[in-house]
Amino acid sequence: MTPNLHLWLIPLLPLAGAAINGLLGKRFSRQAVVSVALAFSFAAFAMALWISARFSTLTLPYQQTLAPWLKSGGFTVDFSFALDQLSLVMLLVVSGVGFLIHIYSVGYMWEESGFYRFFSYLNLFMFFMLTLILAGNYLLMFVGWEGVGLASYLLIGFWFTKDSAAAAGKKAFIVNRIGDFGFLIALFLIIQHFGSLDFQQVFAAAKPFAAETTGAGFLTAIALLLMVGAAGKSAQIPLYVWLPDAMEGPTPVSALIHAATMVTAGVYMVARSHVIFERAPSALTVVAIIGVLTAFFAATIGIAQTDIKKVLAYSTISQLGYMFLACGVAAFSAGIFHLMTHAFFKGLLFLAAGSVIHAVGGEQDMRKMGGLRSKIPVTFWTMTIATFAIAGIPPLAGFFSKDEILWRAYQASWVYWLLGLTTAFITSFYMFRLWFMTFWGEYRGDADASAHGPADGASDSHSHGHGHGHGGIHESPWVMLAPLVILAVLSVVGGWVGVPGSLGGSNRFDKFLSPVFHTTSPSVNGENAQAGAMAPEKEVEGPEPKTGVSTELIFTGVSVAAGFLGLFLAWLLYVRRPELPDQIAASIHGLYGAVANKYWIDELYSWIFVRPLVAISGIVLWRGIDQGVIDATLNGSAGGARDLSDNVRHMQSGNLRSYAGWIAIGAAAVIGYMIWVGTR
Amino acid sequence: MVPLSYYLVLSAILFACGVAGFLIKRNIITIFMSIELMLNGVNLSFVAFAVEWDKLSGQVFVFFVMVVAAAEAAVGLAIIIALFRTRETLNIDQVNLLKL
Repeated sequence: MTPNLHLWLIPLLPLAGAAINGLLGKRFSRQAVVSVALAFSFAAFAMALWISARFSTLTLPYQQTLAPWLKSGGFTVDFSFALDQLSLVMLLVVSGVGFLIHIYSVGYMWEESGFYRFFSYLNLFMFFMLTLILAGNYLLMFVGWEGVGLASYLLIGFWFTKDSAAAAGKKAFIVNRIGDFGFLIALFLIIQHFGSLDFQQVFAAAKPFAAETTGAGFLTAIALLLMVGAAGKSAQIPLYVWLPDAMEGPTPVSALIHAATMVTAGVYMVARSHVIFERAPSALTVVAIIGVLTAFFAATIGIAQTDIKKVLAYSTISQLGYMFLACGVAAFSAGIFHLMTHAFFKGLLFLAAGSVIHAVGGEQDMRKMGGLRSKIPVTFWTMTIATFAIAGIPPLAGFFSKDEILWRAYQASWVYWLLGLTTAFITSFYMFRLWFMTFWGEYRGDADASAHGPADGASDSHSHGHGHGHGGIHESPWVMLAPLVILAVLSVVGGWVGVPGSLGGSNRFDKFLSPVFHTTSPSVNGENAQAGAMAPEKEVEGPEPKTGVSTELIFTGVSVAAGFLGLFLAWLLYVRRPELPDQIAASIHGLYGAVANKYWIDELYSWIFVRPLVAISGIVLWRGIDQGVIDATLNGSAGGARDLSDNVRHMQSGNLRSYAGWIAIGAAAVIGYMIWVGTR
Repeated sequence: MVPLSYYLVLSAILFACGVAGFLIKRNIITIFMSIELMLNGVNLSFVAFAVEWDKLSGQVFVFFVMVVAAAEAAVGLAIIIALFRTRETLNIDQVNLLKL
C-alpha cells in the first residue's frame, strides 16, 4: 500500500501564493507580501522534504492520477503527477534553491516598486516549474514548460518601462516559441506512434524498439524534435541568443530562472525521455555535438564580456552545454548531477553578483569594480567558493560533476573530451578574470562619490532601486547573505554525493538515479544480435567502468590542472600584469573583436531571420493580409451593408400611402404570378 | 341571366377604384370611404359566387364583412373626429407625428 503523497499540492501551493499576492498584493504591506510568498514557497519545499523523507518506502515510479483531462476515442490524457528518483532530485533542487532565492529577493527587491508583482511572478514560476518536474505525462509537462516560459517573460520584462528589458522579454519568448514548436511536433509524433503521452506508457511502448543504429526512423525524429525544444529552453546552439539578453531581469530572476532551474528544464526533459534518446543514437550524437559546441562557443564569448551578469550568462550557456554533452553520451545521471551542482554554484554566483551590484550602487561593468574583497567580505568569500566550484577545483561541487562528464565524454570520443577540457580551462579563466576584476586590485568605480544620487544608476538596469541613498560600498543585509552562505555550503558539499570510484567514493548519486536510467537501456532489452551495436552504450551505461581507474585518475588530474591553469592565467593577466590584456586584445584585434561582439551572431540572426520576418510581417502580413484581406473584408461588408441600406432606406419614407402603394403593387405582382402560373 | 364574369369585372373595377382612391386621396374621410368601396367590391364577388354555385356560405360571409365594416366605420369615424379635434385637419400628410 503506497501512501497518498498528494503530489499535486506541491505545485499548487506556490500557485496559491501567486494568486493571493497577484490579486490582493497591491493592498498588502511589503511584510505581508513577503510572508505570503515565503510561506507558500517554503510550504512547497517542506513538502518536498517530507516526500524525500518517505521516499524509501515508496514503490517507484510513484504515479498519481487526479482526473481525466482529455478523452478522444482511445486516447486519454490525465492530470497525473509522477515521482521517481529523477523528479525527486529536481524537486529538491528547484524548491530548495527557489526558496533560498525567494529569501534573497526580499532584500534585493525591497526598494523596488511592484514588489508584490515580483513575488507573485516568482511564485507563479515555482508553480509552473514544479508542474513541469512532477508531471506524469508529456502534455502536463508541456503546460509547465510553457508556463515557465511565461514566468520568464514576465520577469525578464519586470522593469517593463525600460525598452531593452521589454525587448529582451519578447526575444526570450519568441526564441522559446521556436523550440516549443519542435517540442509540440515531437508530442504529435509520440501520440501518432505510441498512442499516449503518459511517460510510463510511452516508455513501455518504446522499449521493444531496437536502437535505430543504421537509419533514422521516427524515434530519431522524435528525439531530434525534443532536442529542438530543449535547445530553445536551455539556450543551446542555435537558440541560445535569448539568455544573455534575459539578464535585463532582476538578478534574483537571473539566478533562479536563467541559471538554476528553468534553463535546466531542457536537460531534465532529455533525461526524462532517455528511453527514446537511447534508441536514436544519431540524435544522441547531435545532442552531444550541440552540447559540446555550445559549451566551447559560449565559454569563448564569456572571456571578453565586461558586464558581470553577461559573463555569468554565457557561463550558464556553457555549463548547460556540458549537461547536454553528458546526455549526448548517454551519461544522463552525470548530466543531472552537473545540473544539481550547477544550480548550487551558478545560483550562488548570480546571487553574489547581485550582492556586488547592490554594493556598488547598481554598477554592472566589471571594469568599474575591483578591490571589493575587504569591503564586502561575506559576498567575497561565498563568491570565491562558487568560482572555485565552477572552475572545477576539488573538492568543491563543480569538480566532481564536471569531471564525471569529461570522463564519460572521453569514453564516447576524445574530441568531446578535448573540447570539454578546453572549455573547462576557458571557464576557469573567465571566472577567475571576473573574480580578480571584481574583488582584487584597486577600486575603479565611483560609487563612493556619487552613489547617493538617483542619476548615478540611470545607465544601468537597477536604476529603479539601487541609486537610492545608502552611502558608498556596503555589504548586503543578512536576508541576502544568508542564502549566499547556504548555497556556498551546498556548493562545497553538493558534489560529495557523487564521488567517483576512482577517488575512493562510490558515486552514490549515479546509483540513486540508476533505477531511472539503467533498467530501460536497449542493451538490456535488446536481442543478443544487437549487442555489438550496443557496446558503446553498454559501457557508458554501466555504473562504473571496470577498466582504467588509473586512466580516469590521470584525466581527473588533467582537468584539475586545466582549472588551475585558468586561475594562473587570469592572475597573470589581471593581477600581475594588468596592462597585458589590452595589448593582447590589440594584437589579435580581429579575433578579439569577434569574441567581444559575440561573433556577431545577434547581428547575423537579425539579418537572416529578424529583418526578413519583420519585412514580411510588415508588407505581406500586416498590409497585405491583415489590412488587405481581413480588415478589407470586414470594412467592405460593413460598408456594403451601409451603402445598400442607404439606398433601401428611401423606401421607409413614413408616408402611409406609399406603403399602401407598395402593398398594392406586391399584391398585383402575386396575382399576376398566379395568373401566369394558372394559364401556363 | 347575367354571367358571372360581369359581376367579377364590376367587382374588380370597384376594388380598383377603392385602391386608387386610397392611394391618391389625402382627405382621410375619402380614404375611409375608399376602404368601404374595396370591401363592397369584394362583397359583390362573394355574392356573385354564392349565386353561381348555389351556396349559402358566400352570402353569410358578406354579412360578416358588413358587420365588421360597420364596426370599423364606428371606430374609424370616432378616430377621425378625435383627430380633427386635436389637429384641426383631415389631411393625412400632415398627420405624421410618428414619422421619423
